[in-house]
Amino acid sequence: MPLCKKRQPSKSKGEKLIKRAPIFYLPLKQKNRGRRGPGPARERGGRVPGGPEEVVSGESLGWAGGRRPRGAGSPGSSSLGLSDPPNLSNLEEFPPVGSVPPGPAGTKPSRRINPTPVSEERSLSKPKTCFTSPPINCVPSAQPSALDTSPWGLGLPPGCRSLQEEREMLRKERSKQLQQSPTPAHPTPESGSPLPSRTGNLTAEPADPARVSSCQRLKLVALVYSSCIAENLVPNLFLELYFVLQLLTARRMVAAKDDDLEPSPGALDPLESPLFQSVHDCVFFAVEVLERQFQVLCYLDKGTLKLLAENERLLCFSPALQGRLRAAYEGSAAKVSLAMPPSAQAVSFQPETDNRANFSSDRAFHTFKKQRDVFYEVLREWEDRHEEPGWDFEKGLGSRIRAMMGQLSAACSHSHFVRLFQKQLLQMCQSPCGAGGTVLGEAPDVLSMLGADKLGRLRRLQERLVAPQSSGGPCPPPTFPGCQGFFRDFILSASSFQFNQHLMDSLSVKIRELNGLALPQHAPSDEDGESDVDWQGERRQFAVVLLSLRLLAKFLGFVAFLPYRGPEPPPTRELQDSILALRSQVPPVLDVLTLLRQGLGARRAVLTVPWLVEFLSFADHIVPLLDYYRRTFSLLRHLHRSLVLSEESGGEMCFLNKLLLLAVLGWLFQIPTVPEDLFFLEEGQLDALEVDTVASEHGLDSMPVVDQQLLYTCCPYIGELRKLLASWVSGSSGRSGGFVRKITPTTTTSLGAQPPQTTQGLQAQLAQAFFHNQPPSLRRTVEFVAERIGSNCVKYIKATLVADLVRQAESLLQEQLVTQGQEGGDPVQLLEILCSQLCPHGAQALAQGREFCQRKSPEAVRALLPEETPAAVLSSAESIAVGLAMEKACVWLSANITALIRREVKAALSRTLRAQGPEPAARGERRGCPRACEHQAPLPSHLISEIKDVLSLAVGPRDPEEGVCPEHLERLLSQLGQTLRCRQLLCPPAEQQLAKCSVELASLLVADQIPILGPPTPHRLDRGQARRLLHVLLALWKDDFQVPVPLQLLLRPRNVGLLADTRPREWDLLLFLLQELVERGLMGRTEIETCLGSLHEAQWPGDFSKELAALFNLFLAEPHVPEPQLRACELVQPNRGTVLAQS
Amino acid sequence: MILTKAQYDEIAQCLVSVPPTRQSLRKLKQRFPSQSQATLLSIFSQEYQKHIKRTHAKHHTSEAIESYYQRYLNGVVKNGAAPVLLELANEVNYAPSLMARIILERFLQEREETPPSKSVINSMLRDPSQIPDGVLANQVYQCIVNDCCYGPLVDCIKHAIGHEHEVLLRDLLLEKNLSFLDEDQLRAKGYDKTPDFILQVPVAVEGHIIHWIESKASFGDECSHHAYLHDQFWSYWNRFGPGLVIYWYGFIQELDCNRERGILLKACFPTDIVTLCHSVA
Repeated sequence: MPLCKKRQPSKSKGEKLIKRAPIFYLPLKQKNRGRRGPGPARERGGRVPGGPEEVVSGESLGWAGGRRPRGAGSPGSSSLGLSDPPNLSNLEEFPPVGSVPPGPAGTKPSRRINPTPVSEERSLSKPKTCFTSPPINCVPSAQPSALDTSPWGLGLPPGCRSLQEEREMLRKERSKQLQQSPTPAHPTPESGSPLPSRTGNLTAEPADPARVSSCQRLKLVALVYSSCIAENLVPNLFLELYFVLQLLTARRMVAAKDDDLEPSPGALDPLESPLFQSVHDCVFFAVEVLERQFQVLCYLDKGTLKLLAENERLLCFSPALQGRLRAAYEGSAAKVSLAMPPSAQAVSFQPETDNRANFSSDRAFHTFKKQRDVFYEVLREWEDRHEEPGWDFEKGLGSRIRAMMGQLSAACSHSHFVRLFQKQLLQMCQSPCGAGGTVLGEAPDVLSMLGADKLGRLRRLQERLVAPQSSGGPCPPPTFPGCQGFFRDFILSASSFQFNQHLMDSLSVKIRELNGLALPQHAPSDEDGESDVDWQGERRQFAVVLLSLRLLAKFLGFVAFLPYRGPEPPPTRELQDSILALRSQVPPVLDVLTLLRQGLGARRAVLTVPWLVEFLSFADHIVPLLDYYRRTFSLLRHLHRSLVLSEESGGEMCFLNKLLLLAVLGWLFQIPTVPEDLFFLEEGQLDALEVDTVASEHGLDSMPVVDQQLLYTCCPYIGELRKLLASWVSGSSGRSGGFVRKITPTTTTSLGAQPPQTTQGLQAQLAQAFFHNQPPSLRRTVEFVAERIGSNCVKYIKATLVADLVRQAESLLQEQLVTQGQEGGDPVQLLEILCSQLCPHGAQALAQGREFCQRKSPEAVRALLPEETPAAVLSSAESIAVGLAMEKACVWLSANITALIRREVKAALSRTLRAQGPEPAARGERRGCPRACEHQAPLPSHLISEIKDVLSLAVGPRDPEEGVCPEHLERLLSQLGQTLRCRQLLCPPAEQQLAKCSVELASLLVADQIPILGPPTPHRLDRGQARRLLHVLLALWKDDFQVPVPLQLLLRPRNVGLLADTRPREWDLLLFLLQELVERGLMGRTEIETCLGSLHEAQWPGDFSKELAALFNLFLAEPHVPEPQLRACELVQPNRGTVLAQS
Repeated sequence: MILTKAQYDEIAQCLVSVPPTRQSLRKLKQRFPSQSQATLLSIFSQEYQKHIKRTHAKHHTSEAIESYYQRYLNGVVKNGAAPVLLELANEVNYAPSLMARIILERFLQEREETPPSKSVINSMLRDPSQIPDGVLANQVYQCIVNDCCYGPLVDCIKHAIGHEHEVLLRDLLLEKNLSFLDEDQLRAKGYDKTPDFILQVPVAVEGHIIHWIESKASFGDECSHHAYLHDQFWSYWNRFGPGLVIYWYGFIQELDCNRERGILLKACFPTDIVTLCHSVA
């Protein structure tokens, strides 16, 4: 039974879409041989069982009666049609395993065949030894030497220089094969040989058990084949099942075309006649195998079981099996469904890790602030555009990402960014296929708004709509589906060494952390219903941890092996050896071998192996050859072999756990870069498991932690089985039929916190022992309480002890400022003085912290544990929680309390010094609203705006009919009073502006510059009214403004100059105002005198200067203005002026 | 106050090359009596700012500055009391306050022979009586009180409006019993980006989860909204998740397109608020 190996075109981004055929891929005959083979799927990168390559390479070794096919695929062999096997190579009939069905707008298939390069020299590949060939097949050693078993898609072997040469070789190969083959005779000399077809548009031929050609032989083969599967002698269990189901659902045999036939040189040995001569044979064989695989089948999901149970062929060939399947279906609860992916969110900002204190400099902090936003901007753009045709990640985002990397490198902030990156990765991609199109912020609104009744149906509908049609065949290459693609492309575009290194560090740490997480220690107890609730939680937690680990490991593998990835293995042995010598010096990025050994030893393979497989799936060609990884693979292979499903040795490993491991390992063994030798050649070379077997009896492996949901989530390709069966039902061909639902995990809860490290020693052992026989929830509770209380303790110390010290620092500082004057001296020195006084008090923190933990932890434990917890257990749990919490808190406090005090004092210091600064409004006591204030005052902004309008009207230019009415002015001032009294909406800048505007308004009133609206025409304000308004203003300035009012503006040249324009000039209001200012204590006399004095320095018209001088004298002379009307003429009357001046 | 793009465009169309004066605003109010004054002023101001951004450079070439200064000097020599500077600004379609700044800067440069510092200029614009030339002081003052889009007075009004709406929003939150952290508290904790309010317990508004609220006392047009999205709203989303923006003076309806993604727009405090229910048991 040969194992076919395919050379496949490589896919972009270096993902190889290359897979191996199942071990039992059968003799393959080209329907359209030669140049007209099924090119399209090949171009799609799918697996093409029996594609043209077989013809070329002679690889399509038919399995005829346990014999080597002898040219089954060779031109000569089919001449009589006798040995024609089912045409599994026909793409339409047997959809390529691993091929992606073409989209609805499928591209026009090209019929062109790309010649497969073959080589005469096989320097690197060992002779293809297929696991069953030697014992069963008695095949002459003449395996075609041209078989290219170098890892797939890896370029041309040496010696292959041109297609011309290849064609030459191909010809030679053919003739060689022809000579080798004892040309079989075909018993039925019809023109065409029958080929099973799975093409949808052909009516399925009914299969009839009575028409099976050689029951006995098929039974025997099925038995042997099934045993191979059962003993894990095949690399990939599910690939074989897939093949069997393909046989089951073959639609009919079709005759090969005449022109395919070539003369048949002789008669055929019965043993060499094809195994499957009809659909009946295919179905018979398939059912035979399925009967023996029933155990596995009944663990498949309910949908698959239903399809199997309803398969009429199966019913027809084995009603008994059908009955068992139906029963299994009815009893199955394994409904794998598409859970709503959690709507992705951004990683939240956490002051503890993200604020300024966590950065070395302001610059680093601000750089990171910007880069966080750039990251999400890039992510949003990707979401919006990555599905647009023609959009390219690198072109669209590459330069921005690299600029971002440059910034981060300059600021040494990679570690911060990597934390963000990793958290976002986990948040968005935890779901299996990266949740396909998980969209940021996508909320399941529509669904949740509908009633529960419709909800289920809608959900199912949604499943169908969002589920991809195929996950890429039963053995897809490692890919980055959905959102994972973003992160992959981001890493590629960033191409930053620093980033990659930090990312690897961070991923490794997180993997170790999660891999070491204490997960349930006990299987669920059946008697206790309540513990079942707990068990669900345990299982959910396990799934979350497992999926997170797989995701992280996948990215770790991707980044770690990125520098070594190439399309081809080294071309010569010498080169390979030198690379090996070099690479063997490089330490592994994560010590996976040790982790694997520990995992096996602790019976936690079910947790460790799935992520390890993800990690290794990205290995480059050299990795499996390195001694370190070779040992890792050996261990895995050994594990694989040991996972015999039928063995139910008690306490070993749960069936589904085994199935998961078989599925992921089988998948790994199909990865192109993993040489087959690993599976087939090293048998027996392995030392007995290099594992400490002293491990605990009860490991995760023996607990039913895996359910179908998790199995299908981790291995979506198992769903291909259902798809295959569904396509049979729907009558469509496999390549477009069936719904293979993408599966997302049911769990969206966050990862459990890592339990704190416990101290060594007897107490710790006792504590461990205490938990051993308690329900796992107790342990989690205690650890949780300890963790939280420990953390709260630190915050408590910060809020009490440290806050007190800060207050002391502030008062010390105030004293300092008083004694040393406003500046208080050098802040650095001040800080040192304060810290030297205060830091010693930090020692109290430990005592206070212990007291806090002792007080708080027991309460919390009591609140969280069930009522019926025995008193002794409770008190032990409490004291362990207290101990753990204290340990956590004290470790932190003793290391950090001094730095914490210092930091807080420093902040207080800069706060205090800043408050001394030039913002007077920010300081000082400000009165609030009066007690009964209803906050109904006009808005300050509105008032500024209104006053501004008045000012602009007064200053002009204005239309002739424009003006204000006196009532408006009065109302304005009264509103101003209200606003100033209701402080609610008033901010200092607004109040300052109001003060300034009010002074300007006063100047305009004094200068009589405010145009008053008619009737009949605009005129000037009545003097009495002006005086009243000034009174109001004076009162506001005196009583209501809480900011300094810039009254000196009144005596600035510009404001006084307003008077110069009025004719006749009237000075009485100004004099009145000045007197009142002095009277009310708003301005000092000397201050006014200074202002008036400096007014003389300005340039004025001659007469105005004189009047001004007179006013000055008048003000100096008299405390009060005698007359209400003081006119310019009066001011300049020489006698009176002189008198005043002299007096 | 939520306008469709078409309604908005109609208003914006009327604002092309209209000087930012009291009179223009009055005419605008007459033209669109159904719109609130604040909304119109906000739109006017934003449209005018766009215009200034577009034309700013051409007013700052040395030739332009020289020519403006000469025109100013010639004007005030003829009649110092005439609104020379204001009319010059209106004539060349530039903001009066900004024109005042250009001339003041040029004036000081000539006097001091060194380019004046920005803080000196700003201080003189805030208080023109500090300007050493009486005529220029009056001219500058006239520009500032007549400019309804630029200048220290307008800046102060805008600041006050913003503050007032934040206070009003805070009162509404308190009234609804929604506990929150305000900007100052967030800054004290070291947050690098701070919306006006972060809700300590998220609520749902019209079915959308809200973690933070940002108050914007302006009209949300495309230009400003996109700038805010880039500088603020997405940054908030990146840190705190989905949130609510209140454009108190309305916004263009079509801009409210990121609801699903986590940015909800409203023109008033929402009425449909669902809070987390605490189990009574």
